[in-house]
Amino acid sequence: MAAAGSLTTSASTPAWARWANDHRKWLFAAPAMAFVAVLIIFPVGWTIYLSLTDAEGSVRAEKSFTGLGNYLDVLTDTARFWPAVLRTVEFTGVALFFEVVLGMVVALLLWRPFRGEKWVRVAILLPLVATPVAVGMMWRLIFDPNIGFANQMLGWVGIPPQPWLAGENSALMTTAFMDIWQWTPMVVLILLAGLTALPEEPNEAALVDGASAWQRFRYVTLPMLMPTVIVAILLRGIDAIKTFDILYATKGKGGGSYHEVETLNVYAYGLSFDYNEYGIASAVLIIFFLIIVGSMWALTARGKERY
Amino acid sequence: MLRQSGIGISLAVVAALGLSACGGGGDNSASSKTVRVTLANHVWTENIKKALPEFEKQTGLKVEITQLGEDQLSDQYNVKLNAGSSDIDVMMYRPLQEGKLFAKNGYLDDLSSKVKDAKDWNWNDFQEGPVGSTTYKGKVVGVPLITEQEVLYYRKDLLKKAGIANPPKTLDELKADAEKISKANPGVAGFVARTGKSAAVTQFSSFLYSMGGDFTDGNDHATINTPEAKKAYELYGSLIRDYGPKNVSTDMSWPEAMAIFTQGKAAFYTEADSLYKNATDPAKSKVADTVGFAPFPAGSAGSKPYNVPSWALGINDSSKNKANAWKFIQWATSKDQVLANQKSGVPGARTSVWSDPAGTSTYPKDLADAIAVSTQHGVGHDRPLVVKVPESREIVGQPIVDAITGKDVSASADAAQEQFQKLLDDENK
Repeated sequence: MAAAGSLTTSASTPAWARWANDHRKWLFAAPAMAFVAVLIIFPVGWTIYLSLTDAEGSVRAEKSFTGLGNYLDVLTDTARFWPAVLRTVEFTGVALFFEVVLGMVVALLLWRPFRGEKWVRVAILLPLVATPVAVGMMWRLIFDPNIGFANQMLGWVGIPPQPWLAGENSALMTTAFMDIWQWTPMVVLILLAGLTALPEEPNEAALVDGASAWQRFRYVTLPMLMPTVIVAILLRGIDAIKTFDILYATKGKGGGSYHEVETLNVYAYGLSFDYNEYGIASAVLIIFFLIIVGSMWALTARGKERY
Repeated sequence: MLRQSGIGISLAVVAALGLSACGGGGDNSASSKTVRVTLANHVWTENIKKALPEFEKQTGLKVEITQLGEDQLSDQYNVKLNAGSSDIDVMMYRPLQEGKLFAKNGYLDDLSSKVKDAKDWNWNDFQEGPVGSTTYKGKVVGVPLITEQEVLYYRKDLLKKAGIANPPKTLDELKADAEKISKANPGVAGFVARTGKSAAVTQFSSFLYSMGGDFTDGNDHATINTPEAKKAYELYGSLIRDYGPKNVSTDMSWPEAMAIFTQGKAAFYTEADSLYKNATDPAKSKVADTVGFAPFPAGSAGSKPYNVPSWALGINDSSKNKANAWKFIQWATSKDQVLANQKSGVPGARTSVWSDPAGTSTYPKDLADAIAVSTQHGVGHDRPLVVKVPESREIVGQPIVDAITGKDVSASADAAQEQFQKLLDDENK
């Protein structure tokens, strides 16, 4: 390194250029580092700071340092916080499970070339390109308990109308269904990419050995595909946990009159934009942040260990 | 774009707050010719936009309008005013929703001397109630723009069919009529109104007052579990539960409730009069020919609908263009503009406009009569008068939703009372 440095400079090189040359690793990384500092480290730091104060009403107003008081309040709040955590877990769990299973099925179906393959692929990927808010609006109309198409369809087969989004107990699962509808294609896309990259030989060898289709999938394809599956779960999981748009578009602020679809993200939004409780909102967001980082770390750690 | 996580939004917000807190964000010279005005989606806004060229010609100023939906407007103010941003000069805001919070935070410029000095514009012409709610601790912080009263929308044809000669004068009659009509017309609800926890509060308030209740006793004591209040909750809830649309959603605000009414699916609807165009405009309403209006029916304490200023104009305290901002407000709330607006269906806050026959000439006759009654006995608020309005609305709205879904109203009102009292105590600490 030292030799390379001296090759490009001579006695006539100005001092600043020599300095720049000696510190080029910092210099080249500086724009990216400044970007990260301004857009990530500063906001996170500021949020942590706010979470330790009693800021409310206006962040310019006087606020006092309350230590971990907000965290204590939030973690002992069984009326809004814990139910929101539970809903976040439920929503993410259900959505992710069906997205991965359905995504796998569809990806396997699309794996082998067939006639009209292009068209089928395009059709399946369509939900992915729709705007989530528009998707929310569309499903809201379809699931309207009185004039919606969903209940009309149920009527044709003699099933009584369901409350769907309007129901205290059915709303969360209805929104999870919308998420599945919209995001399964993304999982398909990722898994299909993984499948296409797999070598043919192990499968052919298993076929020669007389393995059934299920055995070939379970013991040959799936283990080889596992790293891709983990990636799909990670990407989709992080996104599903943070879902905001379809929940807000279908049920509004507070996630409905009984907070039916109030996940952590919707709750934090309500705290800061509706209640102007910036201190508590920041505490919720930091806890939320830790939950996401923690669960993703656990998933990747486990993934590395096994595969 | 909504496709952002709450974390993303919130972090961006705090970033914006932090950055501009240091920078001050001043890019506007003292004598800018451009007035930046932030307005809500409203019929008023559409009207004023059409009239703008006239103002721009008169004054040589340029007006830049940002127009947003109610929720987006609130979010916008939260972010920009929190940051002390100067890129809003004139702001349209809801005195009863955000007025106290904004004034307390010092977001609104003190207009006291400006309104006093503008003799021709005549501040005394503005109705007392609305002026009260744009005044904070003796300082005028806003000019009332649009007033609102609650009235009863009804279907003349359905009443006639059911043999009911006149719209109900009392809430008991309303209930009886709603029952009669819903039984005789399958698929048509006897009654519809807002059902969302927070959204319903304002339209429920007239029921509360007319049954002899209120949100507080005026001295920071919550009064939402009094026998009167419980009766009002039960009445509102049972009207929707028993005679409302089937499978009713508990998230309805006015667009959803209005849609049910204008699709011909309901006989009675209690709502703000300022939305009447939605029901009488044939392009939006299937019942435009058959809709009638009546004063809010009387309860045990008489007919006591709210009569409130729903929107006002104020000046951002951080604005560097306050003189020109005031010019815009003066023009937009001048007698001519208020009259022109009222003629196209937006009730104004000037007394002279209401006493001028031209002011009500374009209203359906029964609506003008109903409004006249409402303004006489009207109550000046339609939600709790606190700083934390959104939170308080959710608290006092819970028993409404519980009544609609058939839960124990009395227990719900007691629980809400306790929470509401705690909120009041916290605010007065």
